[in-house]
Amino acid sequence: MTDFRLPELGENVTSGDVLRVLVKPGDTVAKDQPILELETDKATIEVPSTVAGQVKEVKVKAGDKVKVGQAILILDNGGAPAAKTESKAAEPEKPAAAPEKTAEPPKPAAAAPPPAQASASKPAPATANVVDFSRGSRPAPEPAPSIPDLPLAPAAPSVRRMARELGVDIDQVPGSGPSGRISVEDVKAHAKRLVTGAGTADANSGAVPAAAEPLPDFSRWGEIERQPMRAVRRKTAEHLSVAWATIPHVTQHEYCDVTGLEELRKRYAKQAEAAGGNLTITAIAVKVIAAALKVFPQFNSSIDMAAEEIIVKKYVNIGIAVDTDRGLLVPVIRDADAKNIIEISVELSQLSEKARSRKLSLEEMQGGTFSISNLGGIGGSFFTPIINTPEVAILGISRARLEPVYDKENGQFVPRLMLPLSLSYDHRVIDGADGIRFLRWVVEAFEQPFLLALQG
Amino acid sequence: MASQQLIVVGGGPGGYAAAFLAADLGLSTTLIDPEVNPGGVCVYRGCIPSKALLHVAKLIGEARQAKAWGVEFGEPKVDLARLRAFKDDVVKRLTSGTGQLVRHRKVQYIQGTAELVDAHTLRVRKASGGEDTLTFEHAILATGSLPAIPPMLKVDDPRVMDSTSALDLPDVPKSLLVVGGGYIGLELGSVYATLGSAVTVVEMTPGLLPGADRDLVDVLARRVNGMMKAVLLNTRVTQMKAEARGVRVTFEGEGVKDQAREQLFDRVLVSVGRRPNSKIPGLDRTKVRVNDRGFIVVDKQLRTEEPSIFAIGDVVGEPMLAHKASHEGRVAVEAIAGQNVAFEPRAIPAVVFTDPEIAWAGLTETQAVKEGRKVSIAKFPWGASGRAITLDRTDGITKLILDAASEQILGVGLVGPGAGELIAEGVLAIEMGANATDLKLSIHPHPTLTETMMESAEVFFGQATHVYRPRR
Repeated sequence: MTDFRLPELGENVTSGDVLRVLVKPGDTVAKDQPILELETDKATIEVPSTVAGQVKEVKVKAGDKVKVGQAILILDNGGAPAAKTESKAAEPEKPAAAPEKTAEPPKPAAAAPPPAQASASKPAPATANVVDFSRGSRPAPEPAPSIPDLPLAPAAPSVRRMARELGVDIDQVPGSGPSGRISVEDVKAHAKRLVTGAGTADANSGAVPAAAEPLPDFSRWGEIERQPMRAVRRKTAEHLSVAWATIPHVTQHEYCDVTGLEELRKRYAKQAEAAGGNLTITAIAVKVIAAALKVFPQFNSSIDMAAEEIIVKKYVNIGIAVDTDRGLLVPVIRDADAKNIIEISVELSQLSEKARSRKLSLEEMQGGTFSISNLGGIGGSFFTPIINTPEVAILGISRARLEPVYDKENGQFVPRLMLPLSLSYDHRVIDGADGIRFLRWVVEAFEQPFLLALQG
Repeated sequence: MASQQLIVVGGGPGGYAAAFLAADLGLSTTLIDPEVNPGGVCVYRGCIPSKALLHVAKLIGEARQAKAWGVEFGEPKVDLARLRAFKDDVVKRLTSGTGQLVRHRKVQYIQGTAELVDAHTLRVRKASGGEDTLTFEHAILATGSLPAIPPMLKVDDPRVMDSTSALDLPDVPKSLLVVGGGYIGLELGSVYATLGSAVTVVEMTPGLLPGADRDLVDVLARRVNGMMKAVLLNTRVTQMKAEARGVRVTFEGEGVKDQAREQLFDRVLVSVGRRPNSKIPGLDRTKVRVNDRGFIVVDKQLRTEEPSIFAIGDVVGEPMLAHKASHEGRVAVEAIAGQNVAFEPRAIPAVVFTDPEIAWAGLTETQAVKEGRKVSIAKFPWGASGRAITLDRTDGITKLILDAASEQILGVGLVGPGAGELIAEGVLAIEMGANATDLKLSIHPHPTLTETMMESAEVFFGQATHVYRPRR
């Protein structure tokens, strides 16, 4: 049996108030383990033990005033059992230092693990597991298994909110800053990896998945030139990669007889011109699609996978893919359902001009609910457009050409102007049958513009 | 009457913050409250008037202390009528301000009380007389809380007060019993004690301010013990009877010896807690659910089980604090506006405006111990703060609760004059995910009490300039 007495604590410190006792009878204490939290008039200090052994009796309690030399603990250091293994506190890098610190007799068990408490250089484990005497005689608190011992994700509230908006669990985001601090970029990169299914490896690179495979040295086979990706190109690459990777695309093709429409178009072209527009197939297509979206609202929606909800928009904003020397831009015609074809054609001319002269504002490219890509001016018959996510469908228009169409009534082939249409849709929200229903409605509206007024 | 996009029932700090944000977001908004202007319990009969009185109490306290510094004022003469007028003027200025903001934002304000008709309809009984039926897309219930008075403490006598009547400052009683050693009892008790009442505080649990860290409370307790006539811990009131000469109170417990079991007080303040005000007429006509403690059940977006109805503030749960309610109000409105938001703060600061003040935010040491979490505690005693010494107030403590491995700051606890202002930095640190190094490397102005935050981070590393810590 030995006493542990309050040791000299420093110059002019002769006594202090016990704030807390960090051990209880039955505990095994090691040399240098904190025993008391003592408030002196200079500072609050933790008093380490100068001896080792098992606590028989604690002679002070919180609130007591103690003097240097006063007995604090009575220890049994004869048959001190091996310190209990505390796997939590056992830090693997420390065991070498442990044996010399714990002036304990050799242990009977050969493979006794090093006493964990002695190896802990920080007071943390002891502090947290102490019995709070001021709260009365409660049993020592058991670590509640339901509460994870994880620290809070080190991210600012703004970053956490952005993660929530992107449907990302902030606790899963690897932080790239000091001490794992999570930045806006980390959240974005993580979100991107989630949608591309690239796993959580490579935490620090925000690279698009397209660049994931290493490239060969192309110069081995001839001259090359490296050009920097321009902003529009990079944005397009990222955006379309996400769309392609996340959306199960289906593309449905159909011909549309625009012989009659072409006559009407030519007849009224002058009117549009007078208003400052161009009565193009695209302008008419905007009107047709706007009407079709009213009949088939699921084509005017977005998917919120995180919330498991489909967001149906009550407004119709049609994006038009415009080819510019900078790359692909998609200005948006707002509330297209409330505009007539002349108005649409005028707006379309203005937006296209703005796009080509780089005067398009960001706002004029936002808020689209459906996109149209017309490549017919250049040529081609049918293609598979990629959906402009988070929209759920896109209409591709190719070049109309005269085709022989069999006329059953007259029993002969007649030349008709046929327009190839390609509808890509998100199979998560749109079933195949609805896809063709939509496209058929569009085709019939082109063939019978009266439908626009009748149903649209 | 036309349908509103949002109706907020209750104009306290939660309700009016919600209504104002909704108006800013372009929602057509109605705010209903029984008072002339928004403000609620907080502004009319809670936080604000009590702080006006505590400010005066602090002045008196410091004037007394000044004797030791060579300045003597003599005994203060308290003109109770003017003190009341000052307090009432503070309330009036604030509430007329909120009234003005209502008009600027074009929020429709109805002075009256509301009754739910169904999930999209309210009936308002207007203070000016008459009824209105309003329909809404969404409603936010922000009806707050009321003082809780247990049946045995219910005495129908003006000398038995709750916080509301105590704030009216009817007189300075010779003797006052404060039932409940929580923050309301201690704040109001110390106002009355400073004004000259002999105050006895009785608390059922073993310590004042149950739930707060003991090391912080101990500092306050030392001062409270000197200021009050008696502090009876582990003691309860078993009976209370109004008599001609005063209120006769019977105690039971550790704090009282035989002859003190029965005592006579001029006045009694019952401040044992507050209960949610969820008895909203017509609530049963909706799917809104109230739990067994009387709180309205909401999800993380503050939505009740009736999808069109949200609830915020004291009526949805602890802590019953104005700033929690305001934040919830804003989150609810953002959710209603279709944003993907949630109420998930890391730190809700709590401040007790006694002298010294106690403040904490985030994880408390008590909670860490209870949950068995591995944390490090770093404490800086104000005895080592130059600023505290110039104030002749060295009894404070600044304490950080940190994650032992990552050094991240999980909680902050403070006791000392001005702790309520200092805690804000702690809140920011916790919310930003700051660690001890961040705090240590941020230069704090000298000589201020804010340095104790920086130096407590230095204590964590065992390198505080003004604290010597013997090496182990």
